[in-house]
Amino acid sequence: MTDVLNIPAEPTTENYLNRQFTVRSWLLTQDHKRIGILYMVTITFFFLIGGVAATLMRLQLLTPKGLLVGPDMYNRLFTMHGIMMIFFFLLPSIPSTIGNFVIPLMLGARDLAFPKLNLLSYYLYLAGGTLALVSLILGGVDTGWTFYTPYSSTFSNEWVALTLVGIFLNGFSSILTGLNFMVTTHTMRCPGLTWFRLPLFIWSLYATSLMMVIATPVVAITLLLVALERIFHVHGIFDPALGGDPILFQNLFWFYSHPAVYIMVLPAMGVISEIIPCFSRKQVFGYHAVAFSSISIAVIGFLVWGHHMFVTGQSIYGGMAFSFLSFLVAIPSAVKVFNWTATLYKGSIALDTPMLYALGFIGLFTIGGLTGLFLACLGMDMHVHDTYFVIAHFHYIMVGGTVLAYLGAVHFWWPKMTGRMYPEWWGRFSALIIFLGFNLTFFPQFLLGYLGMPRRYFAYAPEFQVLNVMSTAGASIMGIGYFLPLCYLLWSLRWGKPAGNNPYNATGLEWQTPSPPPVDNFEQTPVVTHEPYCYHLMEMPRA
Amino acid sequence: MPDHPEHLGLVAHQFDDIEQQREAATLGMWAFLATEVLFFGGLIVAYAVYRHEYFLSWRKGSEELDKFTFLNISAGAWNTLVLLTSSLTVVLSVHAAKHGKNALLLRMLLATMVLGAAFLGIKFLEYSNDYREHLIPGPNFSPEVSNHVQLFFVMYFAMTGLHALHMVIGLGLFTWLAVQTLRRKITPDRHQAVETIGLYWHFVDLVWIFLFPLLYLVR
Amino acid sequence: MQHRDESLKTCYIVYALLIVLLVLTVIAARVDFSQHGFDYLNLNIVIALVIAVLKAVLVMLFFMHVRLSSRLTWVFASTAFFFLALLLAFTVADYSARPMDRTIAPPDAPVVANFDHP
Repeated sequence: MTDVLNIPAEPTTENYLNRQFTVRSWLLTQDHKRIGILYMVTITFFFLIGGVAATLMRLQLLTPKGLLVGPDMYNRLFTMHGIMMIFFFLLPSIPSTIGNFVIPLMLGARDLAFPKLNLLSYYLYLAGGTLALVSLILGGVDTGWTFYTPYSSTFSNEWVALTLVGIFLNGFSSILTGLNFMVTTHTMRCPGLTWFRLPLFIWSLYATSLMMVIATPVVAITLLLVALERIFHVHGIFDPALGGDPILFQNLFWFYSHPAVYIMVLPAMGVISEIIPCFSRKQVFGYHAVAFSSISIAVIGFLVWGHHMFVTGQSIYGGMAFSFLSFLVAIPSAVKVFNWTATLYKGSIALDTPMLYALGFIGLFTIGGLTGLFLACLGMDMHVHDTYFVIAHFHYIMVGGTVLAYLGAVHFWWPKMTGRMYPEWWGRFSALIIFLGFNLTFFPQFLLGYLGMPRRYFAYAPEFQVLNVMSTAGASIMGIGYFLPLCYLLWSLRWGKPAGNNPYNATGLEWQTPSPPPVDNFEQTPVVTHEPYCYHLMEMPRA
Repeated sequence: MPDHPEHLGLVAHQFDDIEQQREAATLGMWAFLATEVLFFGGLIVAYAVYRHEYFLSWRKGSEELDKFTFLNISAGAWNTLVLLTSSLTVVLSVHAAKHGKNALLLRMLLATMVLGAAFLGIKFLEYSNDYREHLIPGPNFSPEVSNHVQLFFVMYFAMTGLHALHMVIGLGLFTWLAVQTLRRKITPDRHQAVETIGLYWHFVDLVWIFLFPLLYLVR
Repeated sequence: MQHRDESLKTCYIVYALLIVLLVLTVIAARVDFSQHGFDYLNLNIVIALVIAVLKAVLVMLFFMHVRLSSRLTWVFASTAFFFLALLLAFTVADYSARPMDRTIAPPDAPVVANFDHP
């Protein structure tokens, strides 16, 4: 079906991909689009490493006494899985990949405010990841991704300092990216693009950037102190021998790491806010509510870190305050879910691949979020803290939420980034496989946790075996599901149908420019005259 | 598109005009300084918690620090004077840059650097004294003093060490500015770097304004 | 946005004020106020911190041009302190609510090194 909005690109049109082909032009690029691609390739690599660790863990847990590894090796596996997935995959996934590519386009700008800083961010990330990888090769770390002292500072015999320096560098990558996004959003919106005409993805990334900038330095200094303590063989500020307090480490660590989980999920929510209106052909319900909910999540998210520490001898007043605030932070998330649902209501729903991921997100994130409320209850947390219940909770949000949203985003903006369409049926099939595999993997873990199976254990009581086997079976299905997009997306680069500048007839400035975009994004700086998500004003349905 | 041809080359390609670029530079530096507040902030929180737990040891440690004096005034107080003065010279250098007074700019930049070096020099003398007095945490720490006082000194070296590192970076940035001034690259139209780096230097001063009473004046 | 500037005279006056405050804080530290207030929060530290905040505000408003900058700059400048205050407040509040006679480790316990490599 042809329509005036969707103009297939001429094969010889100059764009950001074919302007220069040299390795140097990629490695020294200051183009936000190329930097986004660099990130996308690198995070996929770290995802694979984290996935290998997860595979070994799930194989280990097929039998109660453990099949493959001893306790020390298992400790290293779950530590590496956490570090790789959280720091080197999830945190940069949507912001540095999709955000880098799409933000200037959505703002009608030629690039971010500080392109050189953007490239520095990438190399800090790469350097950090390399150090973590080297430490992995040297034998890894066994402290858990949470690095609790005094084990990590004083007693562990593994390569802790090396890994911590890697994470420290990654932290600065995050900080500089957040800084870049914030300044760009404030100063480089094109004419007519007022704050309340911005796409909700921008609101989400702005709130994310606020957290990146404020929270990350705290964990940076904390981890640096532990690293220095180990490198210089001195007794540091968390060492009980000097009167140091391990709980202080936890306070400082979680002050970042709780907002970190919102850094991981808020961009995902932004993606969903873009996909749902497009594939419902309907304006977002309650734009202002969704925009403000992003800021609320960011701000309130700074006030709940103590809910990771309910069992540490925290005072009852602290516990009550953090519990109450944790309940409060669920409200803006719920607002988003309600508004997405209301957007779907009476919309003209098209079940394209990005939409399948978005719908999956809504359901799975809701389950993850609700189970978070269970954990926020002080009494319940006493029972399920450090069990598989917690693991299931955060995987429902991180995988069922963020990973699904990331895949949805990749599929949604793939035509824009590459000028090619992916094969739609393979896309839908993979989404379904991932969804089914995911649920089979992690739903049993809620039950396991409630029944009492502790986390981070290399072996377990025999009565837990059936659920563990189900979980491992689900993981293998999920693994296949992840492998498929890797194949067909790469395939599409060469043989995919040319996409045209707006294959989904979506609103948003990024769709008003060719796919792939020219180096400076727009022939002429756009001028915005109407509100976002004007699907009700578009005469033509989706192509 | 830039309005005036003379702005070509002054405005980076991603910006529309010089004003947007200036605004972005200022906001960018403030955002970075915000991250630095939290970076030092982690240490401040640790300090506050331990001061709350071990007040007497904190006081003892602070009194030890205050013993290193010139003319009966602690090295810390002298350092505060030096840094406050350097902030003044920074303000004067920004003023000179805005008005195209190259010679004055160079003198003020150099004055700032001299004061910064003086700060680091006094710090070096302090650290040497700490070494002689067995106040450096580790196996050589004075056995007459309790472990909690050693913790105070761990915090002291962490906080002032991080601060000194930022001073060194600041000196590097000012060296670059001085070189740019010598090459006549700084004009009233192109003086943003002086302002932006000036903000950084003021921030380093700000941190010390807090570190001084927290570390030296615990009574 | 920043085309206006503080006059040089203003800057010299601010500098003089800063030095006065420095002198005050050094003198105040030599007076023993430890009888007023809690042991860790006596008048000495209150005076020292109030003076420090005054100095910081002077530097920020005048030397860092916040007084003449856009409101957005002012928001950026103060946001970090706001969040630091939150971190500080919640953490110290939690510690304050714990029993005061607890010591994490006795002051004179032997200090031992426990690991091989970083």
